[in-house]
Amino acid sequence: MFRPMVLPASEQRRALEIIVEGRRVPAREGETLAAALLNAGVVQFRRTPVSGQPRAPLCLMGVCFDCLVEVDGAQNVQSCMVEVREGMQVRLPDGARHVGDSA
Amino acid sequence: MNSDTHDLIVIGAGPAGISAALTAASCGLKTVLLDEQSRPGGQIYRNITAVPPTIAALLGPDYRHGESLAARLSNSSVELRFGTLVWDVARDLTVTAQQNGRSFQVHAPQLIAATGAMERASPLPGWTLPGVLNAGAAQLAMKSAGSVPAGRVVLAGGGPLLLLVACQLLDAGVTLAGIVETSPAANRWRALRYLPAALGAPAYLAKGLGMLWRLRRAGVPMFSAASALRVEGSDRAQALTFTARGAAHRLDAEVVLLHHGVVPNTQLSRLLRVDHDWDSVQLTWRPRVDGWGETSLAGFRITGDGVSIAGALAAEPAGALAALGAAQALGRLTAPEAERRAAPLRGTLQQQGHIRPFLDTLYRPPEWITDPSDETVVCRCEEVTAGRIREMARLGCQGPNQTKFFSRCGMGPCQGRMCGLTVTQILSSALGKEPEDVGAYRIRAPLKPVPLASIAALSNPIAVDIAETPEPT
Amino acid sequence: MTAVREIDTLVLGGGVVGTAIAYGLATAGERVRLLDEGDDAFRAARGNFGLVWVQGKGQGNPDYARWTLAAAERWPAFAQELAALTGVDVELSQIGGITMCLDDHELAERAAGLESVRQSLGGHYPYEVLGPSRLREISPLVGPDVVGAVYCPLDGHVSPLRLLRALVQGFESRGGELVAGGRVDRIEYRAGAFHAWVGSNEHVAGRVVLAAGLGNRDLAPMVGLKAPVKPNRGQILVSERVQPFLRHPSLHVRQTGEGVVQIGDSKEDVGFDDGTTLEQLARIARRATRCFPILANVNVVRTWGALRVMSPDGFPIYQASSDCPGAFVVTCHSGITLASLHAGPLVNWLRGGAEPSDIRGFKAERFDV
Repeated sequence: MFRPMVLPASEQRRALEIIVEGRRVPAREGETLAAALLNAGVVQFRRTPVSGQPRAPLCLMGVCFDCLVEVDGAQNVQSCMVEVREGMQVRLPDGARHVGDSA
Repeated sequence: MNSDTHDLIVIGAGPAGISAALTAASCGLKTVLLDEQSRPGGQIYRNITAVPPTIAALLGPDYRHGESLAARLSNSSVELRFGTLVWDVARDLTVTAQQNGRSFQVHAPQLIAATGAMERASPLPGWTLPGVLNAGAAQLAMKSAGSVPAGRVVLAGGGPLLLLVACQLLDAGVTLAGIVETSPAANRWRALRYLPAALGAPAYLAKGLGMLWRLRRAGVPMFSAASALRVEGSDRAQALTFTARGAAHRLDAEVVLLHHGVVPNTQLSRLLRVDHDWDSVQLTWRPRVDGWGETSLAGFRITGDGVSIAGALAAEPAGALAALGAAQALGRLTAPEAERRAAPLRGTLQQQGHIRPFLDTLYRPPEWITDPSDETVVCRCEEVTAGRIREMARLGCQGPNQTKFFSRCGMGPCQGRMCGLTVTQILSSALGKEPEDVGAYRIRAPLKPVPLASIAALSNPIAVDIAETPEPT
Repeated sequence: MTAVREIDTLVLGGGVVGTAIAYGLATAGERVRLLDEGDDAFRAARGNFGLVWVQGKGQGNPDYARWTLAAAERWPAFAQELAALTGVDVELSQIGGITMCLDDHELAERAAGLESVRQSLGGHYPYEVLGPSRLREISPLVGPDVVGAVYCPLDGHVSPLRLLRALVQGFESRGGELVAGGRVDRIEYRAGAFHAWVGSNEHVAGRVVLAAGLGNRDLAPMVGLKAPVKPNRGQILVSERVQPFLRHPSLHVRQTGEGVVQIGDSKEDVGFDDGTTLEQLARIARRATRCFPILANVNVVRTWGALRVMSPDGFPIYQASSDCPGAFVVTCHSGITLASLHAGPLVNWLRGGAEPSDIRGFKAERFDV
């Protein structure tokens, strides 16, 4: 849905890799996880617990709570409030949080 | 918690908060500044300390103005705690916050909230689809990630930010499929009254006209006084349909950016139950404050766009005034000295205010945004439609809290940030009561969701096992 | 301004007690007007757990234990009746409830309490003491700190939201009239009729039922009754939606039909203050994470403080006025559990029929000892 702006080499941020649903996805140091997912072509971030509707970020500033994903085992994290880290494990929620053993 | 850890706590590191903290430090107050983000700037100057120069240049001098603020902050004696989520403030002003997954508390006799504003929700059919974002979100993506929408983009709504973002996207090489303005035609006539005052801010008007001209020259299709907007698509946004000048239109797009102005974020002020008034011009609640930002709760001040929308350049003097008020209250500044310092600040505020009535009237949102059609989802978290809310009114609900109880609207993680204003306005229409009499959601701690273990940990000095939540940044 | 429509009964209070009674009366053919306050009222109806609860009630008061049992036994039929009439499913689940204990002393105390109720009822009182392994058979995710629980198969829960909605809808569909938005500040009894004022609006009927919770305290004396009730605050934490994992409700943790986990339980004497305090919330949270360690990382989305309507001995007040015949007061803190009786059997008494034997001991005179 989004793409990185073209920047001169001197301004480009260090490339790194995150893992999204088992897939390796490129990202750039300093960007939020939400931005990285948008850049990677993720359209549907989650399905809602109420009716399974597809959702993606609306506000990118932490007030809409539509960008929720699972980060390194922590569920329902606002991806727009988290910066990417090398090897970050991301899962896209399908409905409500699960408890007990990780599904 | 009774013992003071500081003289002053400031929540929010945007222009109002930074300015308040700097002023407080200059008065000798031991100050701590808390912000959920990892760097200063708030949203208007988001990522100003780390943004690549090319992007900063694209965003322009207004954005870059934040650099000096951030620099002064880091050179000051203000204690900075970033990545800190404030999730409770008690009536005695004890602040409970979470940083790196652990809760802590601070207390000071004076508290300044500079938590700013957020974009007004733009509820319309299809707005919950992936690919629909706020126009400001697209700007934040540029600021914080150097990203822009891919594919075709349609912008819809009304307000200076809409045009600004359109121009910035254009400069970044984004394909603009169209700009659909929704401000009713009648707004223009009503706004003419305020044009003389607005002419007291000629640079502002010139900027606006310049943006319009730029967009026209680039051949971006533009529509005005549009209505019956709907985002089409099954699993994602695929097009925006609307009516303008009596004709039906369809603009295919991958991304739809909506914007109907900015409103104060009142979660914290509502949590503390301070007095609010309904602003029937800006169509939002505003916490009632005196000339030094103090609310109906002694020691608690609010400043900046969190009071009422006045813009970034007004936020700086407003923040400083609040800090002067705090310093006075603590006996660190005499009244004459405070007045002396306040005078030029008040002058700037007044100047910044010249443009507001004009803008507020010109860009007053259409009624179908504030009082949307039955099928429109109003509470995104719990998927409650406007029609359902009207049904609750017919059932006998007198205000947002009963409505919340009966329909679950407002019960989700956003706790009414997205739906609150709309629910008040729908009920106002449906019940025939003024918004002031309808009221707003009762807001409770936590201000944002926190793990149960974080709350449990406050009961017990022995640490409870908490999985490491990722560092916010 | 006198109300135009002629009505038989005024019910004061639109909480779960008032709406259940109003619904019951309307169902019996009475012309009822329900008077309710505005949006910001205290409303015990909003801040509760939705428990249909038998265990632990009526210690030292067998009448109350019997009344509660009757209520629990009538609930399934009541829920079905509401569903058939309004289409609203109140989400009644009555597979039994547990009270988890964190030490042997607590377990022994609770078990002894239940046994004493059983003795006083001559045996008809189902409950079980669950040891650690039996408990984990029915509730696998219970934490290691829990030493056991007491279980009652009649216990369950409903959605208080849906229940209120169903009652109001049912009431209105049976011809009932809801007038919301103002508090009754005065009632006068004149020539066999009751005149109730909401501001300058006057409502008149031959019968009035006071079901205004804490408001009953001031209203009751106006009609020759007494209701010495006081607020007792309970604080609740509410989580985000979670996949279903907990079928058996308890006083401390309950998962709703939407998947939300509600966590309580506290009792505070703080007057008319429905705020929340970190001290209590932290204590409640700590207990919940000991009972269910898997809740540790579940997010709390909001918290509540709500005021229970407490009589001096904690038991209800049901009384007909002798000075002002036709006036009744009904107050309790278990409005959910007792709703099935308030909406049905109690109505006979309100219409002039015989007083149910189980409630004879719940007059306000008992506090004058």
